Order: sequence, then structure tokens, then C-alpha cells
Amino acid sequence: MGFIGLGNYSEIIRDPLFWKALRNTFLWVVFGVGFQFLFGFILALLLNQKFRGRGGIRAVSLIPWATPGVLIGLMWKWIYDGNYGVLNDLLMKLHLIDAKIPFLSQLSTAFPSIIVTIVWQGIPFFAIMIMAGLQVIPHDMYEAADIDGANKLQKLFRITIPSLKNVILITLMLRIIWVANSVDIIYSMTGGGPSYSTQTLSVYIFNKANVLDLGYSSAMAIVLMLLLAIVAIPYVKSTFKEE
Amino acid sequence: MSERQSILGRIFGLFLPLIVMLLFLLFPFYWTFVTSIKPELELYGATVTYWPHNVVFDAYRKLFLEYNFLKPMLNSTLVAVVTTCVTLCVATLAAYAFTRYKFPGKKIFMIMFLTNNMFPNVLLLIPLYALMRNLGLLYNPMSLILAHATFTIPFSVWMMTGYLKDLPDSLEEAAWIDGANRRKAFLRVILPILTPSIVATGIYIFIQSWNEYTFAVMFTNEATRTTPVFLNKLVGQLGVQWDLITAGGIINIIPICIMFFFAQKRLIEGMTAGAVKG
Repeated sequence: MGFIGLGNYSEIIRDPLFWKALRNTFLWVVFGVGFQFLFGFILALLLNQKFRGRGGIRAVSLIPWATPGVLIGLMWKWIYDGNYGVLNDLLMKLHLIDAKIPFLSQLSTAFPSIIVTIVWQGIPFFAIMIMAGLQVIPHDMYEAADIDGANKLQKLFRITIPSLKNVILITLMLRIIWVANSVDIIYSMTGGGPSYSTQTLSVYIFNKANVLDLGYSSAMAIVLMLLLAIVAIPYVKSTFKEE
Repeated sequence: MSERQSILGRIFGLFLPLIVMLLFLLFPFYWTFVTSIKPELELYGATVTYWPHNVVFDAYRKLFLEYNFLKPMLNSTLVAVVTTCVTLCVATLAAYAFTRYKFPGKKIFMIMFLTNNMFPNVLLLIPLYALMRNLGLLYNPMSLILAHATFTIPFSVWMMTGYLKDLPDSLEEAAWIDGANRRKAFLRVILPILTPSIVATGIYIFIQSWNEYTFAVMFTNEATRTTPVFLNKLVGQLGVQWDLITAGGIINIIPICIMFFFAQKRLIEGMTAGAVKG
């Protein structure tokens, strides 16, 4: 076996599947992490209020985070099933659809379907981090705002969100990296299909590694790592600035 | 009037959105469980039942008797337990060194530990695969333990460093004055106080290793395969056996849930400390 220099890399540039995977990765991260953040934030605000049974509900709502990715993929694959899936049945009962939809094998629905799944998995992690951040906001800031006659929305946008800036940025960065790297959920749901429409870069790399095309697979992994480094550098910088 | 408004506010501002959120988050687990106790007739019948007419545990019986599910469970347990022990030893000592000593290159090591988390798993997959093949470790549980340690050690070092930073140096110094040396002070003073944090980190490591798939699928064979690999293998051969997959899934997440409930508070503290304080 000889070295082929940058042969793998020039092949990557000419590979339409690479560009498709790159585009899929971008959409996967933007929509996946975006909605995780939105719903995780809402869940954290809800669980931060006082009510009976809060501790138990907090613990239970975090279980998706501790579930194996493969199992998550399989659970949702069964929910989405075109013949016996519960989602089709629910939508039919609500008269939202007339005919059953093969969610994961149809081009128009496969990608949104896997997005819903990654959002489901990521909500708890965002909620955990943001709840921890909420606990350290000094209470007198809200009292001062009450005296000044601020309403709920003003308090949210003027106190809560600015105080959480750090937590939000770190959590976003961690999740972007993890979601971009995740293989198991997509792999167990669609394997990257139909016709590569759900194949992200990390799934493409894994599929190539699986057929032992190790050189090409490694070259793409390097490309993915360099792209993620762009996200990670500001975080590393900020972590070591204070020390 | 204001009383009524506050009740309405509580319903629309808390209970209603919370119920919707919980339904979304928990329904898949309910559905997995229900599927695992349905007879085949109801599973693939014309109408979908939301609670089975006949509750049967055939899938569980079949899983253990015909598919030997105990084997992958034991494999997973072996890999996760050894990974946890190895990682905890390394991470606790490394974190101690990072918080109690000054040495050249400390910062670079810390950056390496932090950025290691950011590399794609698939990036390590190929070199590790080649390495394991050359070492003759491929398909040996040892290969999986080593592979899991590549990502559990860096994260655990970070978690343990966070916990250790919170312990004041004066604790050990008091022990030194009483005549204990560093080793004794570490074993008798630091370690007992640190135990809950070590347990929490250990559970985190266990969960990571127990759930991992990409390394497991390439580094194991029929005899050494772990539960996530086993479950995914139930897809495809003769169609998808949903009753078996869901039953296996339920069994697979039970240990995780139990551990998670016990260590939840400490675990969350450790995970969030860096983000909240930083």
C-alpha cells in the first residue's frame, strides 16, 4: 500500500454525495439544535416553577437523555412505521391525514422525521443546563424589577436571558458538536436513506468505514473535525481566559 | 377576579404546556413498553390498540430462551463496569494532579482533554480499528473497553477537576500537620469526601459505555456483542421483530434509569458546574 498524498481529498471535492452530506449535516445541526434549545428552554422555565411532585417530574423528563441512541432510533422507527405505526394511527384518528404515510421511506418526510427524533433526545440536556443556570440568578434582581413595574416578558428578556448567556453559549456549542457527530440515531432509523436524503457527514463516514473504505472515510473525518473546530475554538479560548 | 386569573395563569402558564411536553417526552417509552407486551396478532393487526387486550410476556421469554439475551447483557455489563473502574482510577488521579500541582504543560494537557470531546467518534474509529487488529484485540471485550476509555477519560477528568476544585486545600494541610503524608492525606481525607462525586462520575461513565454503539458494532462479533448492537441486529434478518426489540429495549434502560435516579442530583451538579461557573 502506498501513500496517495491528497488523493482522497481531491476525490472528496468531486464527490456529490459529500456535498449532499455536508448540506444535510448543516440542516441537521441548525434545525436539530435550534428546536432542542427552544423546547429545552421552555421546559427549564416550567420545571423551575414551584409545584407538587416537581422533583419526580424533573427526574422522569430527563430519561430520554440517558437512553441509548440506537434504541431511540428504533423506538421512533416503530412509531413512524408506515403500516402499524402509532403516529399514522393517531393522525388518522384526528382526521389530519387520509392515507398512511411511510414517514421514513418517503423523500419529503424522512428528514423532518429524524429531526423530531434528535430534538426529542436533546431537550432534556438543554433543560438540565438551563435549570442549573437559572438557580444562580440572584433573586433580588427580579424583586428590583417588580418594584420598577416590569412585566413577565420584560423580566425574561432583560434579566433571565442575559444572565444565562454563558450557559446558553456553552450548551449550544457542546450540542452542536455532539449532534454533528452523532451516528447511531440516523443509522438505526434510516441508514442514511432514502436516496441519501438523511445521510449526514458522520453517517457517511460511518457507512464508508463499515465497508472498510478506511482511507476515504478518514479523510472525511478530518474534514468534519476541522469544520467543528471552528465552533470549538471560541469556547476553548473563553475557558482558558480566566485561569 | 385576581384569584381566578392566577389559577388560569397557572393552568396556561404551567400545567398545560408541561403536560404537552411530558406527553411528547414520555410517550415513546410508553409505546415501547406496550409493544413489548402485545401478542403478535395485535402487533400487526388492522387496528392499533393503545393497551393490549391480552397482555403477554412472550417477547421477554423468547428473548432470553431463544435469543440468549443474557449474553449481550453480560457483555455490556463487563465492558461498562471495567471501563468505569479504569476511567475512575485515571480520572481521579489526573484531576488531583491538575488541581494540586503546578507543572509545565498543564494548560496544554487541559486543552487536550477538553478538545478531545469535540472530535468525531468516527474519527477515532478507523485508527483504533487498525490498532486493535494489529494488536490482535479485535472482537475481544478489551478492545471496546480501551475504545470507550478514549472518550470517557477526558470528560471524567473535567468533571472530577470541577469537584476537586471545590475542596479547599486546607483540608489536606490539616492532615499534613497531623503527620500524614500526601498519599495518606489523599486516601484518608480527600477520597472519603469525594466519594459521592466519584459515584456520580462513575454513573455517567457507565451510561456512556453501556449506550455506545459505533465502536461496539465494529469491535465485537457474535460472541462479544453488546446490547445496542444486539438490538439493532434484530432489524433486517427476517423483517423487524418489534416485540423483541422493544422488550430488549425496556430491559436495557432499566439499570440506567435506576442509577440515574440515585445519582441524579450530583450528576447534574458535576455536568453543569463548568458551564454555570465559567
